[in-house]
Amino acid sequence: MNDEHSQTPSSPEHSIVSLEKLNKHFGSLHVLKDIDLDVTPGEVLVIIGASGSGKSTLIRCVNGLEEYQKGRLHVDGKELLPYGKSGQSLQAIRTEVGMVFQQFNLFPHLTVKANVTLAPLKVRGMTSQEADTTAERLLERVGIADQADKYPTQLSGGQQQRVAIARALAMDPRLMLFDEPTSALDPEMIGEVLDVMRELAREGMTMMVVTHEMGFAREVADRVIYIHQGEIVEQGPPHEVFDNPRNERTQNFLSRVLQH
Amino acid sequence: MEFVFDWQAAFASIPHLLTGIPWTLLISFGGLAIGFIIGIIFGLLRISPISWLRWLATTYIEVFRGTPVLVQVLFIFYGLPQLLGGPINAVVAGIAAIAVNSGAYISEIVRGGVQSIERGQREASLSLGLSRTQSFRYVIWPQAFRRMIPALGNQGIISIKDTSLFSVIGVGELVRQGQVYIATTFNALEVYFMVAILYLVITLSLSLALRMLERKGLVGQ
Ligand SMILES: Nc1ncnc2c1ncn2[C@@H]1O[C@H](COP(=O)(O)OP(=O)(O)OP(=O)(O)O)[C@@H](O)[C@H]1O
Ligand SMILES: [Mg+2]
Repeated sequence: MNDEHSQTPSSPEHSIVSLEKLNKHFGSLHVLKDIDLDVTPGEVLVIIGASGSGKSTLIRCVNGLEEYQKGRLHVDGKELLPYGKSGQSLQAIRTEVGMVFQQFNLFPHLTVKANVTLAPLKVRGMTSQEADTTAERLLERVGIADQADKYPTQLSGGQQQRVAIARALAMDPRLMLFDEPTSALDPEMIGEVLDVMRELAREGMTMMVVTHEMGFAREVADRVIYIHQGEIVEQGPPHEVFDNPRNERTQNFLSRVLQH
Repeated sequence: MEFVFDWQAAFASIPHLLTGIPWTLLISFGGLAIGFIIGIIFGLLRISPISWLRWLATTYIEVFRGTPVLVQVLFIFYGLPQLLGGPINAVVAGIAAIAVNSGAYISEIVRGGVQSIERGQREASLSLGLSRTQSFRYVIWPQAFRRMIPALGNQGIISIKDTSLFSVIGVGELVRQGQVYIATTFNALEVYFMVAILYLVITLSLSLALRMLERKGLVGQ
C-alpha cells in the first residue's frame, strides 16, 4: 500500500511473520480480507482500528488461536496451514510466540511463580532449578519479584498483566503478541504495563501490538497499521499515520480516538 | 396407649448393626471410585469434537440417570447371570450398580466443571506451547476439579444412601443387618432409628471432610 514509507524492506525470507492474501471468515462474516503483512525481526508493529475491525482476529491467526481459510501464513520459518491443519508445527510455533491477553488469563490455581515456570518445565523440559532461576529473573525484570509466592487474584490488575508478560517471556519467545494489554486496567495501572513493553521493545523484541494507547504507539512503534473492516487501509511510521493520514477512514478514526 | 422409646434396646443393637457398615462403605466407595473414572471418561466424551462419541456418552448418561438404581441392581444381579451363564456375587452387583449409576451423574458433573473454565485459560496455556493434553492436565482439570467438589460430595451422599436398597439382593449392609436383628428382637422403632443415625454419621463425616478439602482448595481461587 504505502511501500515507499515502510522502514523495513520486507520479503518473506527476512520476515518472522508473513501473511499473504490471508482470508478469514466467521461463518458468513468475512473478517480478514486479503491481508498482506510482513513483520521483520526486531520490529514493533502496532495495529489500530475500530472495534470489530479484525485486529484481535489478525494476531490470533499468527499463533493459530484462530484458523484462517485462504492465503498463506508463515511464522518463524514454519508454515501455518489453513483450517487448522498444521498439526505438530502449530505447537512448535506457539512455543516460539508469546501472547499477552486483554484479560491476563493467568492460571488462578497456581502461584505467580508457578504460572511463569509451567511452560518452561513442561514444554522446554527445564529442570525446576533452571525454571525457578528464569522465573525469578523475569519477575524481577517486570518489578514483582516480591509477589512470587502469591496467587494471581491477590495482585492488582497491573501486577497481573506484568506476570502474564513474564510468563510469556519465560519461553524465550522470538515474537510477542499483545491484544489490548492495557484495556482491562484501571487508568493508574496502564503506565506500569506500558513501561515493561517499552523496555521490551528497546531490547529488540519483535512485537505485534493491538492497542488504543496512541501515545505508546507513536513513541514505540516502528510501523502502525490501521485496519478497517478486515482490510489494511493505511500503514507507515507512526508520525506519518498519525500526523498525516492519507486515507479518509484513518482520518475519521484518528480524529475520534485522539479527541479522548 | 403409652409409647415408649426403648433406649436400651436401641443401644444394644449397635454392635450388630456395625457389622453392616464395612459392606455399606465398601459398596459405596468402591462403586463411587469406579463411577468417578466412568464419569471422567464419559464426561469428556460428552464434549468431544467427534459426534458419535458425544452421542455414545449422552446415551449412557440418559439411560442410567433415567432408570432407578434399584432396577439397575436387580437387572445386574438377576438379569445379567442369564446372559453370562453364571451367578454374580451380590456385593459385586451392588458395586457395579453404584458405579454405573453414579458414573452417569458424575459424567454430567465433569462436563459442567470442565465447561465452566473460561476459554482464556485454554488459550493462554496453548499459546505457551503446551499440548492439548498438557493444557487439560495442568491448567483445565485442576481448576475444574475444584469446582466439582461440592457436586461430587452431593453425589457421594446420594450413592451412600442408595446402597440401602441393596438389602433386597441380600448384601449384608446396614439396612439388611437391621432387618436381621429386628427379626429376633422385634424392636423395629429403635433399630431403624439407629440405622438412620448410622447413615447420618457416615454422610455427615463425608460432608465435613469435603468442606475441609474445599476450604483448603480455596486459596488459589
Ligand atoms: N468467535 C467468533 N465467532 C464469530 N464472530 C466473531 C468471533 N470472534 C470475532 N468475531 C467477529 O469478527 C469481527 C472481528 O472481531 P475482532 O475481535 O477481531 O475485532 P477487534 O478489532 O479485535 O475488535 P475489538 O477492538 O472490539 O477487540 C467482529 O465482527 C466480531 O464480532
Ligand atoms: Mg479485539
